Amino acid sequence: MMIEKFEEITAEEQTAVAERDHTVKVCVAAGCLSSQSDQVLAALKDGASDHHGCHVKGVGCMGLCSQGPLVAVESKNSKTGAVMYQNVQPEDAPDIVDSLGKKPVARLELKTNVPFFQRQKKIVLENSGEIDPERIEEYIAAEGYQGLLTAVTEMTPIEVIDEIVRSGLRGRGGGGYPTGLKWTTVAKMDGPTKYVICNADEGDPGAFMDRSVLESDPHRVLEGMAIAGYAVGANEGYIYVRGEYPLAVERLKLAIRQANRLGVLGNRLLGTTFDFNIHIRLGAGAFVCGEETALIASIEGKRGTPRPRPPYPAEYGLWGKPTLINNVETFANVPAILRKGGAWYAGIGTEKSKGTKVFALAGSIQNTGLIEVPMGMSLREIIYDIGGGVPTGECKAVQTGGPSGGCIPADYFDTPVDYESLKALGSIMGSGGMIIMDDSSSMVDVARYFMEFCMTESCGKCIPCRVGTVHMHNLLDKIYKGKAQQRDLDMLEKLCDMVMNTSLCGLGQTAPNPVLSTLRYFRHEYLDLLVDGEGNGRIDTAVAPEPVEA
Amino acid sequence: MVSNTRKIEPPSDDKRWRIVVGTMRRNGFARHSLIETLHTVQESFGFLDEESLNYVAESLRVPLSQVYGVSTFYHLFSLKPAGKHTCVACTGTACYIKGAPQLLAALAEKYGINPEQTTEDGNLSLLTARCVGSCGLGPVAVVDGEVVGKLTPDELLARLQEVMDHHDD
Repeated sequence: MMIEKFEEITAEEQTAVAERDHTVKVCVAAGCLSSQSDQVLAALKDGASDHHGCHVKGVGCMGLCSQGPLVAVESKNSKTGAVMYQNVQPEDAPDIVDSLGKKPVARLELKTNVPFFQRQKKIVLENSGEIDPERIEEYIAAEGYQGLLTAVTEMTPIEVIDEIVRSGLRGRGGGGYPTGLKWTTVAKMDGPTKYVICNADEGDPGAFMDRSVLESDPHRVLEGMAIAGYAVGANEGYIYVRGEYPLAVERLKLAIRQANRLGVLGNRLLGTTFDFNIHIRLGAGAFVCGEETALIASIEGKRGTPRPRPPYPAEYGLWGKPTLINNVETFANVPAILRKGGAWYAGIGTEKSKGTKVFALAGSIQNTGLIEVPMGMSLREIIYDIGGGVPTGECKAVQTGGPSGGCIPADYFDTPVDYESLKALGSIMGSGGMIIMDDSSSMVDVARYFMEFCMTESCGKCIPCRVGTVHMHNLLDKIYKGKAQQRDLDMLEKLCDMVMNTSLCGLGQTAPNPVLSTLRYFRHEYLDLLVDGEGNGRIDTAVAPEPVEA
Repeated sequence: MVSNTRKIEPPSDDKRWRIVVGTMRRNGFARHSLIETLHTVQESFGFLDEESLNYVAESLRVPLSQVYGVSTFYHLFSLKPAGKHTCVACTGTACYIKGAPQLLAALAEKYGINPEQTTEDGNLSLLTARCVGSCGLGPVAVVDGEVVGKLTPDELLARLQEVMDHHDD
């Protein structure tokens, strides 16, 4: 029986942990890896090899990516808890090994009693930075696959869906559609063949939440997908991952192999009659493939162009079969909900937005990195308390939701972060990227940047988006260069309205958002740049120089 | 899916074709494995040429027009060979705000190349990426597969010089 096997693995892991005096964890997620944390890991392993009772391992993201490589040391007899080190270089390894059981290395120490660590609440990221993402045993010892086991052995699919409905979980890809409702719709569809798709095509520039989850805790996503498959009656799952994330793909492949071998995935999983097989599909660099119908087309091996909905994928999805599509973070929430109950999850967050949300903080901010906070926390708390504020100058605005979102000015930082409040401000929750801008950024330039993005990423299927974005970009460029007049600005606003209301898919419908939100809060910056405006075409000297024309 | 019974010979006896055939076989020569197959061709040969597009089209029984359409639609596929060294500058939002445009300007000035171009001697290709996901380290560039973060234009130029000198030795 599987439950005994799980207990056995857990017991083995716990004995191994109990025998160790010190555990040294080195972050080997992409952020720290690009600062050569693999060499740090090797050096520490080398140095600690003759140090009895010390175990060195690679773990997932610890959050504070800008200070990487990060190392955490946990000692059994320590009264102060774990010690964290920042900016660790391979040369520092001997010092760290020497300090085990003694005073920590002061020059590298990173204080952990700061708001960045204390104000967070981790559900999706609970195992990130704790377990070795390349070992299924550690995931199981951390109560992994318990949710799936409970679901397939003790619950009916309807009970599983009820639990998700009770939790109030909403889609974390940006739209915020109630997950329980989506699952119900797919479960109600007739037919023997259904599919579950995990959308890991994280295309928003400046967002790296999904990537971190996949690199730090891949099994959690697999478990969430398997539970979803059981609930809606699907036996095949696809993960559509960006081709730009080779490390995530590698870890996912390994995780799937391990899970299949252990029998927690695959045919007759966990000793039941339920089959669930997961396949990986690689994206090839197209932002539009984050849109669900485009993503499906891409899995089918075609150009990633969206099609009109309805019919929704729940009805007519992959190869014409009913298909459930959820984002990585949504699936990553599912195992915890099954383990601890929907009511527990519904107790976190606000009335309409339950649970926690992972955000990627980037741009002009002290603590760049990955955070997870309860819904309803104010932007001010996120940016100043957790993020540590901007390093130089004044914080001007925060951009959420990527190219589909908007810029929220500093005056509105007391707004709680939930789906509705952000929407009311003209932005969206999006997948969770937060780019903080200080007063050296020109909002017109930011709007132009996003429009350039949408212009190049437009798939070209519908005309409003294909042609409209080009014209909007030209107008923004003209304004930014100080060559535009009032009528150009009027035209820009007209085009925003047209593209928003007539485009086929989400990309076009939301492409004007960055322009509209900057116009709403920073209109004076546009007016200052107009030839016949107050600024007489003055270009702010503080803004970035011209990028090279492609 | 109907399995492919015709045997289509690879364009040459280059061993790398075996890897490509392996990918197609693993997917049962199904049409929907087109993107996977093109990924493998690109990984093995560095780019997609006319010969490989023809071969993939025939093997998977997908119209050549569709193969061409797919390979030009996705940014990761390249129909031109890359230079000896590559520099991928990240132009994601975080890097943009932290100074990616200055990096591009410096490269344009020193090497005379814009994004998606290769120097005349075929030594260096400049590419751009929409976020490589290392936003904490912005601005970021990937030089010959290695991510370098927190760059200034001078640091990037020095790094490229180093990589190219090293190769010439």
